[in-house]
Amino acid sequence: MSLPARSLAVPVAAVPPPSAKIIALSLPSRETLAERLLGLGRATMENVLPPLLMLAIIVGLWEFFCSQPGASLPPPSKVVSSTWELITDPFYDRGGLDKGLFWHLIASLKRVAIGYAFAAVAGVALGTLVGLSTWAMRGLDPIFQVLRTVPPLAWLPLSLAAFRDGNPSAIFVIFITAIWPIIINTAVGVRNIPADYNNVARVIRLSHLEYFYKIMVPATVPYMFTGLRIGIGLSWLAIVAAEMLIGGVGIGFFIWDAWNSSLIADIIVVLVYVGLVGFVLDRIVAFVGTLITHGTAAN
Amino acid sequence: MNAYLSIENLGMTFKRGAVTSEVLRGIDLKIDQGEYVAIIGHSGCGKSTLLNIVAGLLTSTVGEVFLEGEVVDTPGPDRAVVFQNHSLLPWLTTYQNVRLGVDKVFKSKTRAERHDWTMHNLELVQMVPAKDKRPGEISGGMKQRVGIARALAMEPKVLLLDEPFGALDALTRAHLQDSVMEIHAKLGNTVLMITHDVDEAVLLSDRIVMMTNGPSATIGEVLTVDLPRPRRRLDLVADPGYTRCRAAVLEFLYARHRQPSLHAA
Repeated sequence: MSLPARSLAVPVAAVPPPSAKIIALSLPSRETLAERLLGLGRATMENVLPPLLMLAIIVGLWEFFCSQPGASLPPPSKVVSSTWELITDPFYDRGGLDKGLFWHLIASLKRVAIGYAFAAVAGVALGTLVGLSTWAMRGLDPIFQVLRTVPPLAWLPLSLAAFRDGNPSAIFVIFITAIWPIIINTAVGVRNIPADYNNVARVIRLSHLEYFYKIMVPATVPYMFTGLRIGIGLSWLAIVAAEMLIGGVGIGFFIWDAWNSSLIADIIVVLVYVGLVGFVLDRIVAFVGTLITHGTAAN
Repeated sequence: MNAYLSIENLGMTFKRGAVTSEVLRGIDLKIDQGEYVAIIGHSGCGKSTLLNIVAGLLTSTVGEVFLEGEVVDTPGPDRAVVFQNHSLLPWLTTYQNVRLGVDKVFKSKTRAERHDWTMHNLELVQMVPAKDKRPGEISGGMKQRVGIARALAMEPKVLLLDEPFGALDALTRAHLQDSVMEIHAKLGNTVLMITHDVDEAVLLSDRIVMMTNGPSATIGEVLTVDLPRPRRRLDLVADPGYTRCRAAVLEFLYARHRQPSLHAA
């Protein structure tokens, strides 16, 4: 493209180059716009099509096998038809435990929010302490390492005994489940602050407070969010199990109640909801993390 | 004790458990105001330890460092350091990295004055166009320029350079050396630079301090480089004075004080 333009410009001097330039610039830009749209479409296809295809295959197989006589689980067509009210009207409320899925999910999310918030605050504080002080680390780290392996539900009877009420017990289970990864990751982050950053802080003579929010917090935040993300996942895992045992409004008890009433189709619908909510929770925490670190975690 | 920066009978011994190792012994060095002094030696000779003691980041076992007659025992902006691996804070922009030090050192000045001073120092190292970039977005040479700007912006009495160009490729290094020479000519800073590059030492310094090998490293020899300034890289190639200085340093490092590991090999 550029070669003929140059050979024209030499003999005729000033006039032709602009026209040659316009052609050279406009053509590729038109191409890239079309290409970009095409590329975008292709990328969407590449990302959306495979999961949709897999989903269709799985549902198809499920439909096939569960339609056989003597199948113990309902096929997807039956799940949808028998739970149509549950799917289409998540907001009904007939008092007591007879509520739409939305209210059950909200009740569970509320418990998770409270327990997780406490875990985040306490976890970051304890993690910072353990990361900063060698003595705190020596004293607390072995205890943390043992306690974090205790399964979440094993705490439930103890917390029921302590709180004498289901709701705070469930919240405590969330708290104790989510706190360990937050503590451990925060502590690792604080301990891994590069010596160079500390030297810079000493040369500039930052005060303790300035060091805290100008060096330590930004350097630790990526680690913190790794812990927070693991924590939210574990919380959502634990709430369903805890609610099955404590009863009341909540997605866990809804599943247990459906099982007791032999409403297998209801259980399947709820499992889909639980999975989707867990996915969204994980993405929210991850999104907040990238927002705060500006993607500058790595150097 | 009328020197600007005075290092007197300095010794450093590290203790790790039952093992003690003497790194430095009997270091005596006086540096005048505006002088550019390079410390050269094989790796492991304790030259970085010496610089860290002057910076106040380490405390010597024996001996003292005096700056304008006052004992140095803590780090401070009057002895700003340019670190080997730039040490910029990755979550701050180029401008913010320099401004952080400016805000701390010139608390009494107004916001506008501090902004102007930050910009002035970025200009000095030709980094104004990249002032809003983060360290992850600029090259190694540019990072080191920002590191130099950050140190200069603190108006240090002594500028400490810890192998500042060690991690850079040869061309970038030459560019930065020229920049440092220009800045030194313009501002007349007192500079103490650690290096293991003979050409760099001869090109930039008024005096070259040659260290013997550790353990118990000390100053082996001090060479005065009396080449006229401004010095130009190309002119110096054929300059007999330059060649003589270069030969003297090489002779010291490779004939009389070869690296112990090389001896063994």
